[in-house]
Amino acid sequence: MFAHIWSHFDYWAMIFLAMAGLFIVIARGNLIKKLVGLGIFQTSVYLLYLGPAKIVGGTAPIVDTAFKVYSNPLPHVLILTAIVVGVATLALGLALVVRIREAYGTIEEDEVLRRDAQPAGEEAPQ
Amino acid sequence: MSALAHLPALQVVLPLAAAPLAVLLRDRVAAFVLVLAATWAAFAISVLMWLQVGESGPISYALGSWAPPWGIEYRVDSLSSLLLMLVSGVAAVVLPYSRASIEREVRQDNHALFYAMFALCLTGLLGIAITGDAFNLFVFLEISSLSSYVLIALGRDRRALVASYQYLIMGTIGATFIVIGVGLLYLKTGTLNLADMGVRLQEMTSHRPVLAALAFLTVGISLKLALFPLHQWLPNAYAYAPSAVSAFLAATATKVSVYALLRFYFSVFGETAVFQRLPMEDFMLILALAGMFVASTVAIFQRDLKRLFAYSSVAQIGYIVLGISFDSVTGLTATIAHLVNHAVTKGGLFLLLGAVMAGMGGVTLARVHGLGRVMPLTAFGIVLCGLSLIGVPGTAGFVSKWYLILAALEKGQWWLVFLIVASSLLAVAYVWRFVEAAYFHAPRADLAAVREAPAGLAIPAWTLVGATLWFGFDTSVTVGSAARAAAMLLGAGTP
Repeated sequence: MFAHIWSHFDYWAMIFLAMAGLFIVIARGNLIKKLVGLGIFQTSVYLLYLGPAKIVGGTAPIVDTAFKVYSNPLPHVLILTAIVVGVATLALGLALVVRIREAYGTIEEDEVLRRDAQPAGEEAPQ
Repeated sequence: MSALAHLPALQVVLPLAAAPLAVLLRDRVAAFVLVLAATWAAFAISVLMWLQVGESGPISYALGSWAPPWGIEYRVDSLSSLLLMLVSGVAAVVLPYSRASIEREVRQDNHALFYAMFALCLTGLLGIAITGDAFNLFVFLEISSLSSYVLIALGRDRRALVASYQYLIMGTIGATFIVIGVGLLYLKTGTLNLADMGVRLQEMTSHRPVLAALAFLTVGISLKLALFPLHQWLPNAYAYAPSAVSAFLAATATKVSVYALLRFYFSVFGETAVFQRLPMEDFMLILALAGMFVASTVAIFQRDLKRLFAYSSVAQIGYIVLGISFDSVTGLTATIAHLVNHAVTKGGLFLLLGAVMAGMGGVTLARVHGLGRVMPLTAFGIVLCGLSLIGVPGTAGFVSKWYLILAALEKGQWWLVFLIVASSLLAVAYVWRFVEAAYFHAPRADLAAVREAPAGLAIPAWTLVGATLWFGFDTSVTVGSAARAAAMLLGAGTP
């Protein structure tokens, strides 16, 4: 049983990171901490692709009779793309937080929502 | 001839190339002309491909000449060609409108960036519809999502920033769920080509990772398509975005996500795996009905018209998903027809609301008092679109609801017919809120001198309103294509 769990430790790491990230996104009110959680959540998925792609004793896919066992490079390439997407998302999210801070003077979600609840210069209800 | 063979690639590449060029040009007129040319070319290409698919069946295009399933395949069949035409058609109408609209709503030095983002968003949406590769689909999804977060954040209200941030968080969680789903499928099948994946999955549809993949994909895509109760990002995003963006996203973004859901359910997992072995029918039926009733009820109590119609969008997504839950050709025909009909209706509606915004300075119900007197044409257009949302005969909305009711009767679920009609009554209630404000109140003293919207706003808006009426009478394009696509998805007819 323990050996079974241990042999898949990369999956357990992935599940832990994903849940930790998602928890931070949900539980934290600070807009930057939320983005950190989101980053962890996104990063955990890289493990899901990269873990199984690693073959023990495998080399890069070189066409040569000396190498029989090699790892599939495709998951790495896919994750390279996913990393770029993750970086872009994080950069855009942080840029938005900067703008929110300029407009509201705070980066706490509760505070932002509270300031919108009684906005200045809004029309009175009919 | 050689250019014709590369239409599928050009469809995506033209708007993609226009985006960085628009940024480099920096001049707002030049950027507008460039992106307009790319958008209209994309629309022309999609019409050409739609005709070609109608004549000679699906088009398969090997990107970079790498043969599928190794390379990325672009696949245009009867469903994706319809979606491509819808997305690029709406973009071709909204872009000319946006020029007059963002003059008022977006800072002038951001205009070139607006057009660049618009082109990128169009690229992503077209890419989702055309690609036959699961990971490519995720990348295009993120391209369209990231650019739409920027487009929403360009809104003048500071709440646009918060709406965009919330959409970013929700959208990224959704997209990550989709990558997890795709990853699990890739681990099981060793392929990323959707068609190839579908073939290889047939022997292992009850394996646990495959079921987990189905769950992740369902939740992820449902977040993107704003299926109740995962719709929380949508109302604020539509309400505070610039008018042209609201119209474009309302008409296309959620629809393309519905397409992705259909693609995964019917082309990859297969109809039997999703609907016959799992209780997905009941599950989707309940969520669809909840969306129809809860969102429509919430819409009745909104004070801001853009928010009101954003909630109505969530309700209409309910009708679209209801059609999927029937798992029959008639049901899917209703889904796909409503996809097009609702896109055209809601697009026209948000464009008209943008014209109201330009004239009256806002779209709260209190502000549009007497709209029927000061902007009679615009008010009349909104009422026409409202009638289509309700499903009055003679409008596009009626056609798709008719097919929904047919599908319900086919299943012998007469009580559903009753519920569909009852939820339409809720739509009557929220549309009536607008009618009451626009026609039964005097305009505010300071707004009594407002005149009809300028032609730059009115012509694109009326193009979509005209399409709403046209699709209410001539259903050969909408229902005809939808029926063919539905038959293809269920494997009952020629693709």
